[in-house]
Amino acid sequence: MIETAEPLSWLDLAWSAALILLAGGLSVVWNLGIHRRLLIAAARATVQLLLLALVLEALFATASPWLTAAAAAVMLGFAGREIFGRQDRRLAGGWGYGVGGAAITVAASVVTLFALTTSVRPDPWYDARYAIPLLGMILGNVMTGIAVGLNTLTAACARETAAIEAQLALGATRWEALNAPIRHALRTGLIGIVNSMAAAGIVFIPGMMTGQILAGQSPEQAARYQLLILFLIAGATAIGAVMAVLLAAARLTDDRHRLRLDRLRGTK
Amino acid sequence: MPADASQSAPLLEARDLSRPPLGPVSLTLGAGRCLAVTGPSGAGKSLLLRALADLDPAEGTVLFQGTERRTLPAPEWRRRVCYVAADSGWWAETVAEHMPADKAAWRPLMQAVGLSDAADWPVSRLSSGERQRLSVVRALARRPAVLLLDEPTANLDAEAAATVEALIRHALDDGTGIILTSHDPAQVDRLADHRLRLRAGHMEPAP
Repeated sequence: MIETAEPLSWLDLAWSAALILLAGGLSVVWNLGIHRRLLIAAARATVQLLLLALVLEALFATASPWLTAAAAAVMLGFAGREIFGRQDRRLAGGWGYGVGGAAITVAASVVTLFALTTSVRPDPWYDARYAIPLLGMILGNVMTGIAVGLNTLTAACARETAAIEAQLALGATRWEALNAPIRHALRTGLIGIVNSMAAAGIVFIPGMMTGQILAGQSPEQAARYQLLILFLIAGATAIGAVMAVLLAAARLTDDRHRLRLDRLRGTK
Repeated sequence: MPADASQSAPLLEARDLSRPPLGPVSLTLGAGRCLAVTGPSGAGKSLLLRALADLDPAEGTVLFQGTERRTLPAPEWRRRVCYVAADSGWWAETVAEHMPADKAAWRPLMQAVGLSDAADWPVSRLSSGERQRLSVVRALARRPAVLLLDEPTANLDAEAAATVEALIRHALDDGTGIILTSHDPAQVDRLADHRLRLRAGHMEPAP
């Protein structure tokens, strides 16, 4: 039997926080200008994670499917907003938020439900102790894949306008003319999780596996859970990136197969 | 519409075509005829050609042999009414990859513009003048009924411009209707049957 980890005291945490001060100090010495942002980000992470812990404890205690669904909806809403915030060029109007929000909602919900009803099978299946952490892990990674995919697509359309319009002018459909930018965007959106899987276990020990081992889980079981998460993330990223990039490509063109960059809004 | 309407209708007709700041503009073009659109920079010449090709949303009616453009799928419309930008884009690595599969459709045209060896050249190696000549070849090889040429010889020296003009004349002889924009009055005199002058997006009587 493996012992569970010793509880972490505030003093224990303070030691690791000293490294944030070290990183901030390096920023000051090298005039990088990010020490303020670094400190704010560290403070945000502290407040956010402690608040999350409080919310999760309440959620686990009530065991209400409606509260779990509400928490998931809030997480999905913030994930959509984060995707929106990471866009250099955004689709105008509600599409700017809607495309990323819809894609991550469908991809993360479908894959989380799939995992809860096939591999994980908690009782009840909506048990917040499983549903919320699973959704959180998936969201964090899919969000990046979708944001990178959308950014790559809009940048390629803005950069390759002449090439896309030349194909349209010669009678290509919008899907033929946008084939290269769409494929480029999907490849870029998916490469992160591909690299993560390729390097996992050799270059780095994934965060969740580390956490489980520190919490007393056997390394072998921790590895299985980590693999489950990596596969779920890969599937959800593929669904989310394809959906977001195709929706954005449809919105960047119209039913007369014209390129509609007038539906994009500026740069950050 | 009567069955023989396409026989009597002009090849291309635009009625009250407008897309701010362009228009309204009306014009007709017959088979084998050349219409030159002239006017100062910013007058809306390129906007007019793009609107005719349905590359930008525009109000008004545009008919090809009596058939309204909205009744045809846009790609089919553009295969008939083909626009060549002044600085046209390239999307593949070599010149040949931009041409139709049938080599017989474009080999002679490349020879005619003095670029018979260019098929396997990487696009990145082409000069702006070579790109311009090849973009006209690329469009003509697809045998459109109407060709919309935006400043087709703007980047060319006199010798290269003459080869493109020869291609244009050849296409006109084959019955292609051509609308071209040009800043060169001598070129307009050499090629055009009709003229349309634009100023600030509006039609002006040609001088």
